[in-house]
Amino acid sequence: MSEPVVVAQQICKSFGSLRVLREVDLEVRAGRTLCILGPSGSGKSTLLRCLNFLERPDEGAVFLRGERVGFSRTAAGQERQMTDRELARMRTRMGMVFQQFNLWPHLTVLGNLIESPIHVQRRPRDEVVAEATLLLDKIGLRDKRDAYPSRLLGGQKQRVAIARALAMKPEVLLFDEPTSSLDPELVSEVLGLMRDLSREGQTMIVVTHELAFAREAADEVLFMDKGSVVETAPPNKFFGSPDTPRAKQFLQRFV
Amino acid sequence: MIANFGAVLGEWRTLGIGFLNTVWICALAGALSLALAAFVSTLLVSRRKLIRRAAQGAVDLLRALPFLVLLFTVYYCLRVIGVRLSAWICGLAALVVYNTAYFAEILRGAWAHMPREQEEAGRAYGYYGLGLYGRIILPQILIASGPVLGNQMITLVKNSAFLMMITIPDLTSMANLVQATYYIPFETLLVTVALYWVICSAIEGIVRATDRVAVVRSHE
Repeated sequence: MSEPVVVAQQICKSFGSLRVLREVDLEVRAGRTLCILGPSGSGKSTLLRCLNFLERPDEGAVFLRGERVGFSRTAAGQERQMTDRELARMRTRMGMVFQQFNLWPHLTVLGNLIESPIHVQRRPRDEVVAEATLLLDKIGLRDKRDAYPSRLLGGQKQRVAIARALAMKPEVLLFDEPTSSLDPELVSEVLGLMRDLSREGQTMIVVTHELAFAREAADEVLFMDKGSVVETAPPNKFFGSPDTPRAKQFLQRFV
Repeated sequence: MIANFGAVLGEWRTLGIGFLNTVWICALAGALSLALAAFVSTLLVSRRKLIRRAAQGAVDLLRALPFLVLLFTVYYCLRVIGVRLSAWICGLAALVVYNTAYFAEILRGAWAHMPREQEEAGRAYGYYGLGLYGRIILPQILIASGPVLGNQMITLVKNSAFLMMITIPDLTSMANLVQATYYIPFETLLVTVALYWVICSAIEGIVRATDRVAVVRSHE
């Protein structure tokens, strides 16, 4: 088995008195795709956002290739909170794709792709532009290279957003309901791209409501309800004969 | 009444100097106050309550002052406490300080309306602090507030007429000189109005040109 890329242990998170995550564990190994399923409000997105510390977990630990996210060690070996700079660098190792795309409107498509690799990762511009151009070929939007996001359709925006994540050469891609704000006819182009990435061995964590996608592309399904992990299983098992009544009930609604 | 525009046009040099003085001091004050406002707006949204309150207090106070009062305060009060600066420096400083308050408030407003997800996307992609502000937030709030900034620039130009009160030879000051010399107030003021109109139209033109570019680069 390949080594774990992202490991989360006993993650707890509350917003005020509302407990959103209760001792959640998660693991995804290199080249694997983990789909996080569950009803709305089950804490899926919050869990995803805890992985790159966009939300800081109240308790528990997240590791990226064995390195603790959000904490580092002093010379004396004591654990301390990461500085903003350290945390920012770590986040570039996890490419995030948002439900609302969140492309930067003041930059062109190419500008969006090369922004962080050049200014955060400080890689040479020529190299970054060349790679970004290849990525645009891959997502079939090379002709939109100099267009601004406001001129793109939803599905195109999300494909660009995925390319923006890939341009950072991240160790894992985090998808936060990437097709939930797309018109139905635009969903398939985005899911198709994600399926290709999964097949190519990109490590991915996908929060989604697309059960067909999870069944086909996931190596493992993590089912959540009310902030807890209810069941973790390979997709055949989860969709075929889930262990828990809660998962059965969830799946029945979609049959 | 036979209008005596000949005398006014004969003084084109005098009026021209006033015109250019107004243009450059306004352009410089506009640029400096925009740069300062970009900084001050970060104080207005500071997570530290004390900084936020102090900055907001200063901005509100400046906006409550008539410009002339601020101008006199800078020009005369500094003299009283023994600081002697040229009228030019005092005038420029007063314009910059006054305009910064307005610009900062405009930028803060645009920032408040920017989708929070934009900032979040910046963070997710490794930005924080100054880089996040300078590369992700500031370009967007500048684009969003272009027309309002242009409007404020026009107000700045009009306020600059008060600079005459501290002996700066701006357009109003020179016009006053011409009309007093020949005693032709009507003709002189008409030409002066036209010259101010030229400046303000130029600002309008710049705003409209940038707005065409901006609309493509903003959220639909």
